[in-house]
Amino acid sequence: MVTLKVLKYVLYDVLRSRMVLAYALLLFVFSYALFYLESDPSKSVLSLLNIVLLLVPLVSIIFGTIHFYNSREFIEMLLAQPMSRRSLFFSEFLGLALSLTLALVFGIGIPAITFGVSATSLFLILVGVLLTFVFVAIAIWSAVVTNDKARGIGVSLLLWFYFTILYDGIILLVLFYFSDYPMEKVMMILSALNPVDLGRISVLLRLDVSALMGYTGAVFQKFLGSISGTVTALALLVLWSLLPLWFGNRYFRRKDL
Amino acid sequence: MDMGGSHEAGEVNRIYSLLMKTGRNRNGRLTVKRFAWCSFDARRGIALLFFFLPSFNVNFSAARSIDVGPGFPFHTLKQAIAAADSGDVINVQPGVYAEGNIIITKPISLCGIGYPVIDGKKADEVITIKSNGVTLDGFVIQNSGKSDLKELSGIHIANAKQCIVANNKLINNFFGITCDNSRDCSIFNNEIRSNATTETSSGNGIHCWKSSSIFIDGNHISGHRDGIYFEFVTYTQVSHNISEHNLRYGIHFMFSDHDMYFTNTFRNNGSGVAVMYSKFVNMYFNRFENNWGGAAYGLLLKELTDSRIISNHFERNTTGIFLEGTSRSFFAKNEIVRNGWALKILGDCYSDTITENNFSANTFDVTTNAGENQNKFAANYWDKYRGYDLNRDGTGDVPFRPVSLYSKLVEEVPNSVLLLHSFMVNVLDQTEKVIPSITPEQFRDDTPKMKPYNHAAT
Repeated sequence: MVTLKVLKYVLYDVLRSRMVLAYALLLFVFSYALFYLESDPSKSVLSLLNIVLLLVPLVSIIFGTIHFYNSREFIEMLLAQPMSRRSLFFSEFLGLALSLTLALVFGIGIPAITFGVSATSLFLILVGVLLTFVFVAIAIWSAVVTNDKARGIGVSLLLWFYFTILYDGIILLVLFYFSDYPMEKVMMILSALNPVDLGRISVLLRLDVSALMGYTGAVFQKFLGSISGTVTALALLVLWSLLPLWFGNRYFRRKDL
Repeated sequence: MDMGGSHEAGEVNRIYSLLMKTGRNRNGRLTVKRFAWCSFDARRGIALLFFFLPSFNVNFSAARSIDVGPGFPFHTLKQAIAAADSGDVINVQPGVYAEGNIIITKPISLCGIGYPVIDGKKADEVITIKSNGVTLDGFVIQNSGKSDLKELSGIHIANAKQCIVANNKLINNFFGITCDNSRDCSIFNNEIRSNATTETSSGNGIHCWKSSSIFIDGNHISGHRDGIYFEFVTYTQVSHNISEHNLRYGIHFMFSDHDMYFTNTFRNNGSGVAVMYSKFVNMYFNRFENNWGGAAYGLLLKELTDSRIISNHFERNTTGIFLEGTSRSFFAKNEIVRNGWALKILGDCYSDTITENNFSANTFDVTTNAGENQNKFAANYWDKYRGYDLNRDGTGDVPFRPVSLYSKLVEEVPNSVLLLHSFMVNVLDQTEKVIPSITPEQFRDDTPKMKPYNHAAT
């Protein structure tokens, strides 16, 4: 019950901040414009995918880190009360993730519904929500591990850079280096090791651009196109948010505040 | 429309002179001009006969009208055909005629009244034409047999000249209309549909082999293997047809030279049109739409030379135009929009000209496996062009390179297509655009247009 009370407070606190409002508004404007300008909804989902993959991890990770540092005094104060560190940690995480999820669902959901809702756009929102959870978890983990605020934000930014850009560069290098070998299975594993790639591919395979993806795409389609494959991909994303959360929680419990 | 050389123009005139027997209905579609004796009903025909009998020594073999159907002298088509002489017209009344393989060996006309049904009962070839000057008009021809050895068809024109097959509905036949070793035949306004499921167990809608000067117009073909298949077919016109939902190609040309197809629509086929091992094939005003799938092409060209691809519309194909071993050909005024790859051009293509086309909203504009370019790109409109035009003459001042770095990467390492729409790829492409280093230097349009051409207006 204590967790819920603290969660409610964190949620209100985050939702009141102008940052989340601006985030929701930005997403709303982008997606509204994309749906409005593009007559083909599948094309606008594609453009929206680019924005979601870039913006959602960035905002989640930066905002998550900053918020965790800023509520340091609040956390210290609460920990003086009789409540467990674990419930405080999880209420912090859930408060952040849920408020950003709300912003995302409103920002993209309303334009998507006004311009004709489709299974693909709903799936895109779902992937966006999962990515929010993943990157808020990573943010909190990095904020817990590093004491210095500037360094913590630096770590978060680096992680974002790694997941959105660097990792794909590494994949490309690996592909070039081993281009004589069948790499489909390896690609499957490699893309599962990056939540952004996982989200991107599972949305792309639902769009008709998947026809461009040739043999490799067909291998992925066979796996991710099935219900069990989709469930696996989503489960992997959930796992991706649970892992940093678990590590963060472990560190937070032993941390000397 | 530019018909090309005088040789081709002569050919077109010849085809049109063949069409003198045709007219147009209210919809503007070509129709058979029903000859007077064809539209007469039996009683009027007999009355006329009695009218002329006393005064002339009538030569009955010149033009007799025979009626087939319940309540008429002949009940079966075979009897009527056996009784008919050259030049006679057989009016077939409504009904179902399932008489096995009907072979026509004399120049007669069969006119269906109210679409009588000729059924092959899934056993035989339905109608075989083995004579010159046979006309077949207004029938439903259905259920031919299937065979692994023979091309069993709804209508088979064999070794014949000047035959007309028009206004028929060919339903669920193995091959729709086949035409072999024939010439000067017209096949028009037919509806040809089947329910092909696999390429090996299905036949083509219109199948022409070793024929010449065939006129194919206004047909609607669906559910076959190839909509139209040509092998060793020359001087042939294919126009105003719709070919859709066929398993393989909308039209398939093999070793067929000096042909022309225009104003056709090819959509939702395995691939739109494949032209292979041919030369002097002209393609105008066609639409290639929605040929979408893992290995689908709008227009697939292989070993083709001296051809013209002008004013066509390519929309939403996985690959708009695919060129392999295509040389001395001319691609102009085409609208190439919303394809995966607009143009795939392999290294064995040379002396092709690609000019005045609109490339817009394609995922990749041009991709190639070649290091150098032996073709000419000029004065196209590319929606990805970000250059400027200082003197305002409508032509960009800096060249456009249509081969993006990422499309080149995908060509070399196909697996890297999985990075499609990742942020890193966008960054790479932008960097390459600013400082080109990896993409082939010669693949470029030196005079890119600032605004799209309005092809619809011209």
